[in-house]
Amino acid sequence: MRNVVCRVALLSVSVSMLCGADWRQFRGNDANGIADESGLPVKLSDPDVLAWSVEIPGQGVSGPIVVGDRVFVTSSSGYEQDRLHVSCFDVESGRELWHRQFWATGRTQCHNKMAVAAPTPASDGERIFAFYSCNDLACLDLDGNLLWFRGLTHDYPNASNSLGMASSPMVIDDTLIVQVENDSDSFATGIDIETGMNRWKVERKQLANWSSPTKMPAPNGDDLLALLQSSAGISAVDPLTGNEVWNYDEGASTIPSSVVVDDKIIVPSGGVSAIRLSPESTAPETLWSESRLAPKTASLLAYGGSVYSVNSTGILSCADIDSGKIDWKLRLKGAFSATPVVSTGHMYLVNEDGVVQVVSLEGSGKIVDQIDLESVVLGTPAIADDALYIRGDGKLWKFSR
Amino acid sequence: MRKPGPWFLTCLAIAVSAVSVSPAADPQILIKTIKSVGPEGAGNAAASDALRELTEYDATVLPTILDAFDDANPLAANWMRSAVETIADRELRRGKPLPAAQLERFILDDRRNPRARRLAYEWLLRIDKSASDRLISEMLTDPSPEFRRDAVQRFIDQGDQQVKSGEKSQAIATYRTALRGATNDDQVKSIAKSLKSLGVEVDLQRHFGFLTEWHVIGPFDNRGGVGLEAVYPPEREINFDAAYEGQLGEVSWSQHATDDDFGIFDIAKELENFKGSAMYATTVFQSDREREIEIRLGTPNSWKLWLNGEFLFGREEYHRGTKIDQYRVPGTLKKGANRVTFKICQNEQEQDWAQRFQFQLRVCDPSGVGVTQGPDVVQRKTEAPALEAIAEKGANE
Repeated sequence: MRNVVCRVALLSVSVSMLCGADWRQFRGNDANGIADESGLPVKLSDPDVLAWSVEIPGQGVSGPIVVGDRVFVTSSSGYEQDRLHVSCFDVESGRELWHRQFWATGRTQCHNKMAVAAPTPASDGERIFAFYSCNDLACLDLDGNLLWFRGLTHDYPNASNSLGMASSPMVIDDTLIVQVENDSDSFATGIDIETGMNRWKVERKQLANWSSPTKMPAPNGDDLLALLQSSAGISAVDPLTGNEVWNYDEGASTIPSSVVVDDKIIVPSGGVSAIRLSPESTAPETLWSESRLAPKTASLLAYGGSVYSVNSTGILSCADIDSGKIDWKLRLKGAFSATPVVSTGHMYLVNEDGVVQVVSLEGSGKIVDQIDLESVVLGTPAIADDALYIRGDGKLWKFSR
Repeated sequence: MRKPGPWFLTCLAIAVSAVSVSPAADPQILIKTIKSVGPEGAGNAAASDALRELTEYDATVLPTILDAFDDANPLAANWMRSAVETIADRELRRGKPLPAAQLERFILDDRRNPRARRLAYEWLLRIDKSASDRLISEMLTDPSPEFRRDAVQRFIDQGDQQVKSGEKSQAIATYRTALRGATNDDQVKSIAKSLKSLGVEVDLQRHFGFLTEWHVIGPFDNRGGVGLEAVYPPEREINFDAAYEGQLGEVSWSQHATDDDFGIFDIAKELENFKGSAMYATTVFQSDREREIEIRLGTPNSWKLWLNGEFLFGREEYHRGTKIDQYRVPGTLKKGANRVTFKICQNEQEQDWAQRFQFQLRVCDPSGVGVTQGPDVVQRKTEAPALEAIAEKGANE
């Protein structure tokens, strides 16, 4: 009997780990904002596609993540915003399955527009890594059992930012990559997901940085590199050791993050630049730069041979990924903090007032639907199993056919 | 002797199985392991195993876990919080009871860990909605800021009702009662505003425990950001008769006081916004006993803080915002005069939003209640020289 139970448990873990429909971190499993789910609804204004909406505790601007049949959201509450929450909901019904709280051990001050639950959590398919602006990091299993807890500001007391911190962690193999970059004790660390202990910790430029790490194949083609973005540029490091493999030192934004497509990295640098590491080189070459593509807050997106950025006035620009030539621009409603997501030729953009605009990327771009959620939305949506999840101020929505 | 039959073996297997799913270790041992967690993940692996085992206990173990919060470090407190939540949540979902009477006794014992008491209260509320009315109104001066906040809000609401009913004198009394427990600035501001509309002024500086009278010296050089780590003469001696070579020539100490309600000393306004500079401010705080306190401060500038010559903390950050209690620095006051010295640095940014050069600093207990100076010293602006004289006398003794 015990063997049967073990086999079932292992099978369920394996299924969970292999489940391609998950959305396990900021901008999805591949950190690119893309989920080609053929069944995702385009007409969100159709009342029938609102599967459910649920209240979530406290405040937060982090995005939801989806692992198997569960969706996870972080938030904070209390006068000092020092109560840290992790909530787990059933994807089918929206029913809350569990809810855990922790006390912040680091500073919780942040800008009014920010929130302590700003970084989007991450998962390896078995564990949830809930990270907060106060640099507290809780690792739980999918059933809400605490596996370990770290207080990175507790450990390194000058690692904080009075405006708040927002870089989302990222899992590469058995390492959680965390950027804790600020004006004082600024560092990045690779944390062993089994134990919560540092595999490595490297000093980073002493300057506030809210961008998130991304990943790309190493030159050997077998391993992955973690790309750490900052005002200095991009540092590609071995996720197991933190050793730098190559460096791009032309500077980069400290808010919107880069995106990787094939062998190119599209960087918010000099507006937007495309860089590539050639096999015979130790430093990447710049393929093109286009200052008019400069994004404001939302991160870059690359899809179907094009690069997309949203600027400070809410204009969506589409440029050719090989040349940087701007093909078209589309004015959208409102300012954006949430990074857009894409599925089967449609981009879903949620502005800060909670207006979701669905843009067909065919031709020169066209708004094909919109819906007003009447809520502040700053977190990046998630797409999983033909469903779109949007987290607003105190609420979580699921749209699906 | 007869061989055991299949029935006996089955019973034995069930018994062994039943034992194997029960927690094997003493909860105290498991808790001790959990409380051993430390910086950089030290003890995580053992604590994780212990936590898994501890959460197999039923709700009768909750008081034991809550008791253990008293000397737990902040990391361990989170582990134990998770144990309480996991057990309580599971038991309630199974329709099992929580030890309500024990939880309530724990909540009412204000010598116990404030956060643990609040945690117990929130689980008690799940099974007894009346607990709020029964317990909160007595918690106006509780060591737990969250209990205090709830109690203060009840008095604020009551005062508001009395104002609406035209019961002015009762409202004043109620707001004054509320003020006794209020430490969050939103509640204090609300109470002060209500009292002011009823003709009563509140001494906010005194309520919060702001330090308002300072000897100040500077500017010293901080061009290129060199000043925060540079050791200028005021870090070696406090001598109000001395003069030193500063950034713009000779500098000496001068006395200042702020009348800002929230103790903000605005260097840019009172002196000058010396770009790329470092300034020092020092004062003396009289304490009638040795005690653990927090020095809480707010500044948009880089800073360092010393108490009685001992460096407590410093931070390099410019113009990322400021607020009351932005930083909380624990320290120990000695009986008598305590010298507080603050170094503040301005950078050379030119943007409009990067021009503030100010700080506010208060002394409070670890729960945020303002600590005022000893009963024999009343801090008044008009008596600043006398105060300094008394304090200096104490410091030299």
